[in-house]
Amino acid sequence: MTISRKFKRLLILLALILIPAAPIYGMTPDQNIEQAVELLKTKRFEQKYQAIDLLAGSAEPQAQVILKALLERRLYKLKKDQQIVIAEKQGKEYLIQHAVTEEPLGKVKKRAIKKISVNNRMRTKIRGALASFDLKSPDREKRLAAVKQILDQADIQKAEFVRPLLKEEQDADIREAMSIIIALSDLTEGNPQQRNEAIDFLSGNIHPSVRNALNRLQQQTEDEALTSSIKLALDSIDAKLQFYSVIENLFFGLSLGSVLVLAAIGLAITFGVMGVINMAHGELIMIGAYTTYVIQLLMPDSIGAATLIAIPTAFLVSGLVGIAIERGVIRFLYGRSLETLLATFGISLILQQTVRSIFSPLNRSVETPSWMSGAWEINSALSLTLNRLYIIVFCLLVFAALFFVLKKTALGLQVRAVSQNRAMARAMGVRSEWVDAMTFGLGSGVAGIAGVALSQLTNVGPNLGQSYIIDSFMVVVFGGVGNLWGTLVSGMSLGVANKFIEPWSGAVLAKILVLVFIILFIQKRPKGLFPQKGRAAES
Amino acid sequence: MALFNIFKADRGGLIFLALLLLVAIVVPILNLLTEPTNPIHISTYTVTLLGKYLAFALLAVAVDLVWGYLGILSLGHGAFFALGGYAMGMYLMRQIGERGVYGDPLLPDFMVFLNWDSLPWFWHGFDMFWFAMLMVMVIPGVLAFVFGWLAFRSRVTGVYLSIITQALTYALMLAFFRNEMGFGGNNGLTDFKDILGFSLQEDTTRIALFVTSALALALGYIACRLIVTSRLGRVSVAIRDAEDRTRFTGYKVEHIKLAVFTFSAVLAGIAGALYVPQVGIINPGEFSPLNSIEIVIWVAVGGRATLYGAAAGALMVNYGKSYFTAALPEVWLFALGALFVLVTIFLPKGVIGLFKAKDKAS
Repeated sequence: MTISRKFKRLLILLALILIPAAPIYGMTPDQNIEQAVELLKTKRFEQKYQAIDLLAGSAEPQAQVILKALLERRLYKLKKDQQIVIAEKQGKEYLIQHAVTEEPLGKVKKRAIKKISVNNRMRTKIRGALASFDLKSPDREKRLAAVKQILDQADIQKAEFVRPLLKEEQDADIREAMSIIIALSDLTEGNPQQRNEAIDFLSGNIHPSVRNALNRLQQQTEDEALTSSIKLALDSIDAKLQFYSVIENLFFGLSLGSVLVLAAIGLAITFGVMGVINMAHGELIMIGAYTTYVIQLLMPDSIGAATLIAIPTAFLVSGLVGIAIERGVIRFLYGRSLETLLATFGISLILQQTVRSIFSPLNRSVETPSWMSGAWEINSALSLTLNRLYIIVFCLLVFAALFFVLKKTALGLQVRAVSQNRAMARAMGVRSEWVDAMTFGLGSGVAGIAGVALSQLTNVGPNLGQSYIIDSFMVVVFGGVGNLWGTLVSGMSLGVANKFIEPWSGAVLAKILVLVFIILFIQKRPKGLFPQKGRAAES
Repeated sequence: MALFNIFKADRGGLIFLALLLLVAIVVPILNLLTEPTNPIHISTYTVTLLGKYLAFALLAVAVDLVWGYLGILSLGHGAFFALGGYAMGMYLMRQIGERGVYGDPLLPDFMVFLNWDSLPWFWHGFDMFWFAMLMVMVIPGVLAFVFGWLAFRSRVTGVYLSIITQALTYALMLAFFRNEMGFGGNNGLTDFKDILGFSLQEDTTRIALFVTSALALALGYIACRLIVTSRLGRVSVAIRDAEDRTRFTGYKVEHIKLAVFTFSAVLAGIAGALYVPQVGIINPGEFSPLNSIEIVIWVAVGGRATLYGAAAGALMVNYGKSYFTAALPEVWLFALGALFVLVTIFLPKGVIGLFKAKDKAS
């Protein structure tokens, strides 16, 4: 590329962009297109480049149409009168229309037209031009997408398009992206002062393009002052990236922790408050997940609503199954906790096989409502997936609700009374049997709700429950039996610990390490993180 | 006459040992001396199946020793069983030698497959039978000792102990599923060729294994019976029934628990070592918590704190399992689940308890 050509092009561009509405070379925009079309008729690529530049500068939508046609190789020249047309293949013939006026010109044979040839450089130019159309679009989303694309590709050639637009742009997000593009361009092509300003501006900016550009410059330059200032900028970028990766790990950890808490919190009630070892707890979670599946089957058109309806339904279904288990089996075994463990394990086998017989042993796919998929992009280094975010919120809501029930309602009062001193509670007129059934139902219902949440994260199959039962017990035991807060804290901390170990040990080893840690921890503090104090602890 | 003494009050045990002896003699005879067409012929397949049951019965006796006489419901005995099995499996792997698919004289197939160039340190020595057999007992024993030492010293009891034993076997299962562990990962150890130079495919080898299993079960039973009739056993029962009182009387509860628990783990390891050559495979699935709980149900079905009841329970439940999984696979888990529920509610003393109740009534 010679200097003069570059300069000429720049002149045209500047002229086109700085005063886009004003006539250029004394022509109206329409004439601009006319002239471009004239230039396209020649075979010389030099003139075609000019034509593309002219079209790119035009504010007319038709210019965009022509460029698109050219890129998609639908732009032809009529052989008889050299008119430029846009052609659409229909069978053996071509349906053509005038490129500028869009006037239909009927059908012609292939012989009658000649394709306008395009080379790679033209394609690149056209794509750039099309992107810059979007830059000027009145639609904010389109402008944002266009600058983002330029930024992601680190396409600093476009900075010259962007620079004038920055002055008119009102939107803060777009302005910021535009400033980065311009700074990137200054960084590589500007004078030393511009360059230093650019480095100052880019310091601490975590966009990957910025980091790449700075790295590249650092390798190229031998200027010591420049190198050190780049190093500073890069350091601040790395510090930020480090920070965001910690945040991201924390987020993953909390979402895993929420899953654990959801799975364990029902157990915290049945095991913690009632002292019943319910090995069928995992299967109650599974029932909740299958409830979600069935309701989605019944309402295939509104998945979102179905998932919401599934929450109370799963609570009821699992809760009723839980009450049936309590009335049918567990009440004969109070005070014999090891036997309860075995009997409920038997129940878990029966429930698993029931589900297997009804729904087949294969995994069922539960759909995710549209508002739960996608991610919340905070910046280019940190994006939080929505379903995990919802799980955290959901877990906290469930916890709060359960806490409310146990601390503020009559049922909660009776549950606590029976768990602290059954005989005394009975003497006070509490129907302890009824309270047992309700408590077990409550714990089981919460397991069902956990199932709804899990159905959005993992496969729904007959073995769903088994994979969570041991984790759930670990969470409850680690947190301290009979303590809801303990369950919350232990679930969250186990989740976070797991995610922070994972990067350097792998997922399975992280899990093993956490298990070993809990086994050792229980040796040290057999009653968990938050042991029960007072008389209740003695019994 | 110590042997006579330990059976003085154990009529059931004597019957059990006599039956075991009878089976150990009759089954090989029926297998070897009759024609396959003869209705009383026992096929080699059945012999191996019976051998497997006997290994399970030994495992059940080991669990009954800690559950029935010490009050520790271990949900992790499957881990000791599997570790013994792995030690045996490693010996059998080393015996394959150049007959593996890749023909490497030293490395087992899966290591060649994973591009390992040398044998990991913990695989050395397993080419020697005596060393492998030592490890069959030492590895589960050491694990049980360390685990028990930690757990009993800090007085983890009851349900908590059950849950952390379950966590132990679960953690081991996850670990053994990893290829990096060097135990064949998911596939475990298999494709065994011979043991002590005898081909595992031979009928005579299989019968020898069956007889060995019967012998091991008998010896294991007698050993456990020796323990429970000794002073150690009586203190164990005291711990089971009133741990604090026993401690206050001056007994070192932790030491007693540790000794019995470790011995039980060693027995479980031996059972695992007998099991592996008969089924021809050991994989991480043996560590699954489900297996360990199943062992407990064998004991519960047979009857706790009788030892021979546990063995009988193991035989009955496993026969049921073989029958159902072949004839009505859908029903098996229902049946097993129902067994758990019904036995715990209606038969707290197991099937043996039924007979004993009859004895007393008559």
